[in-house]
Amino acid sequence: MSTTKKFAVVAVGLGLVTLPVLTACGASGDNGSADPKTVTLVSHDSWAVSKSVLKDFEKRSGYKVKVLEDGDAGQAVNKAILTKDNPQGDVFFGVDNTLLSRALDNGLFQPYEPKGSGLILPEYRVDQDKHRVTPIDSGDICVNYDKKYFADHKLAPPSSFDDLIKPAYKNLLVTENASTSSPGLGFLLGTAARYGDDNWQDYWKKLKANGVKVVDGWEQAYNEEFSGSAGGKKAKADRPLVVSYASSPPVEVIYADPKPADAPTGVATGTCFRQVEYAGLLSNAKNTEGGKAFIDFLLTKEFQDDMPLNMFVYPVREAAQVPEEFTKYGPQAEDPETMDPAKIAANRDQWVNSWTSLVLK
Amino acid sequence: MALPVAFFGVFFAYPVAAIVARGLKADGGWQFGRIWDVVAQPGIGHVLWFTTWQALASTALTLLIALPGAYVFARFDFRGKQILRAVVTVPFVLPTVVVGTAFLALVGRGGLLDEWWGVRLDTTVWAILLAHVFFNYAVVVRTVGGLWSQLDPRQEEAARMLGASQLRAWRQVTLPALAPAVAAAALMVFLFTFTSFGVVQILGGPTFSTLEVEIYRQTSEIFDLATAAVLTVIQFMAVGAILAVHAWTVRRRETALRLVAPEVTARRPRGAGQWALLAGVLASVVVLLLLPLAVLVQRSFDAPGFGYYRALTSDDSGVFLVAPIEAIGNSLEYALAATAIAVVIGGLAAAALTRRDAGRLVRGFDALLMLPLGISAVTVGFGFLIALDEPPLNLRGSWILVPLAQALVGVPFVVRTMLPVLRAVDARLREAAAVLGASPWRVWREVDLPMVRRALLIAAGFAFAVSLGEFGATVFIARPDNPTLPVAVARLLGRAGELNYGQAMALSTILMVVCAVALLLLERVRTDRTGEF
Repeated sequence: MSTTKKFAVVAVGLGLVTLPVLTACGASGDNGSADPKTVTLVSHDSWAVSKSVLKDFEKRSGYKVKVLEDGDAGQAVNKAILTKDNPQGDVFFGVDNTLLSRALDNGLFQPYEPKGSGLILPEYRVDQDKHRVTPIDSGDICVNYDKKYFADHKLAPPSSFDDLIKPAYKNLLVTENASTSSPGLGFLLGTAARYGDDNWQDYWKKLKANGVKVVDGWEQAYNEEFSGSAGGKKAKADRPLVVSYASSPPVEVIYADPKPADAPTGVATGTCFRQVEYAGLLSNAKNTEGGKAFIDFLLTKEFQDDMPLNMFVYPVREAAQVPEEFTKYGPQAEDPETMDPAKIAANRDQWVNSWTSLVLK
Repeated sequence: MALPVAFFGVFFAYPVAAIVARGLKADGGWQFGRIWDVVAQPGIGHVLWFTTWQALASTALTLLIALPGAYVFARFDFRGKQILRAVVTVPFVLPTVVVGTAFLALVGRGGLLDEWWGVRLDTTVWAILLAHVFFNYAVVVRTVGGLWSQLDPRQEEAARMLGASQLRAWRQVTLPALAPAVAAAALMVFLFTFTSFGVVQILGGPTFSTLEVEIYRQTSEIFDLATAAVLTVIQFMAVGAILAVHAWTVRRRETALRLVAPEVTARRPRGAGQWALLAGVLASVVVLLLLPLAVLVQRSFDAPGFGYYRALTSDDSGVFLVAPIEAIGNSLEYALAATAIAVVIGGLAAAALTRRDAGRLVRGFDALLMLPLGISAVTVGFGFLIALDEPPLNLRGSWILVPLAQALVGVPFVVRTMLPVLRAVDARLREAAAVLGASPWRVWREVDLPMVRRALLIAAGFAFAVSLGEFGATVFIARPDNPTLPVAVARLLGRAGELNYGQAMALSTILMVVCAVALLLLERVRTDRTGEF
């Protein structure tokens, strides 16, 4: 008996052993089966919702919801564009204003105006003539500060972009790589919006001279370099300023045991860039009816009220409940920087490239 | 042979070709001109140079630090050897983002080196190189050490009797016997470090860029598939060249090595020199491998009453739809499935490569099987998406895709482990058994199985560890209701809040323990013959 034959025996044996294991896990294909009772959501890895709220939707609508998460926001959008002729699902959630034009120009979505779109706060409305996407949530990318550090040093925390280049705050700020990190890019766009196409590079030269540190991603900036976070404290971090989100301080309160009376960190409210996330019905969705019902659901008061404590973002629907921790510890910026998605799309790569040679080289 | 070829073709060659073709095809025609545009970009040469340079340096440094370790683990007996051998493999399964944390505690600000000597290595190339040693130490210890422990020391002694100096005896007897194993280990380490991604980004800082990082950026951020495709082709050619060199230099390993049981060769160290060597190796293991791991463990216990571990069992955190602790079960399921696939495919491939009449084509396939280690995960992932979306191969979104992708990395390990054993089974044993009246089934059961079974288990251990720590493919189709351990860790670290950070550390610790226990169970199984991996 040849070795190969014997291996075939072993292989078949192993196959028989593993087959039940494989089937027990319930192999299910993608939505190619086009089951009219299942609606599939494609999203990035920050998607989160309370179980009860999702169950409620399933019960009321009669659809079963399947969620596919595809890495970070940029990756998820690119994958959706790559597969747009044969999409993985029916609804895409999580394309933000920095990626919106790429998605629209590539024909990722088909028009649908959901029920309740009249209740979306006016400042979030986009694409009003075609309704290819619907805003779902918003968040602000802002500099966070470590309260203890500034109290100990009897120094007022910075509150604006202008403050960050003052000598008092030398070597205190850590930010993320704009070419690979979403908050890093948001901060760059914030400065571009604040100082204009001609002057933002100047601002960054001054920021660099003032000792800004750039690390690769948010996890490293926040957990390793920022002295106000749990990880940073353990790592003896020495940067009391970090580019993060306006909702980070509330998270520091909610995810602490026991809960502190006050947040350990604060937000420099004049350093914010607004991010808005949209959902849309995928162009070749197999279950358009289910997809429409799901987008309607994303705008219901029930979902919008539930969303902030799951994804740490703000609702876009008027009169939605904002949790007390948010209003208390991470108020939305009064006047955040914003930028038209088309302008972002036109300049993004060139800006990131010049930022890279200016700040990293 | 047919099954491994089909597996390799469908799950590796076809998806990669599909995504590269998508990048190079525009407006209905091939855009080969794009290749020169990309190659001519000023930054690209620099990136390619840095990628190659750091991989070579990492490989050299790993060999330098790990070869004495291989010798010590092979030839000395000391208490705790088994556990230590399992523990040095643990880094292999940790997500990079966690290793970054651990390593910064060693080489970063306020880290140990900083406190002892005021040295800070983070954001230098040294941090990258040391982290690569941390990751790949086990590769060398197992590959080279496995063989070393079974080389018959009497051959070297015979050379000494005939008047050779100690150095000459080692150079002419031991070194040639070890060379293929060292070469195989070096190749593995080189491929791993050549496609290094997270380590370079986290420890080197954003100023360092490798090909892998560039491919990721072009694919995931800039969405320039043409450039990504060209870079993939460049990576492919570089890895191909390395594999060709390796295949050409390493002789087939059927050289008649006199192998003996490892129990015979290992003994207590004797004399000051040997004790010093043992102490030196143990010190390097402690500083480079155990300390970073200990940092994670210590931070996971930083809450009163196991607070972080208790938090893992609640499912109302909003991070997942399930309690994070359930990730353990998911990880084990994936890892078992991936191991089964890798063992079947790798075993069949090894069997085909063993046959005496194996032609040059088949042997070329041996090198091809190594390719998945040297090709960007993001390329394979995107390739899966656009290639495996039509019946009969409609696997997108099916959970089976994850173990399949993980098995791609596991197969080379399995082949490297089983090949020498299968080649070493003496045909005369089978003939003798048959002459004595044993049925073919019984011959197989009594002669082949005992030898192959052990190699199989060792191979399975590697495949298991690879799958347990694998991240790229898992992220791909992870569902919020069934995260794996590395995915759960990354997700927890992606959120602010002390409890999330603590839970990430606790889950990392659990991941280490699961890995170490699995490997310890496998350590109990001994091979008669050694694997080249």
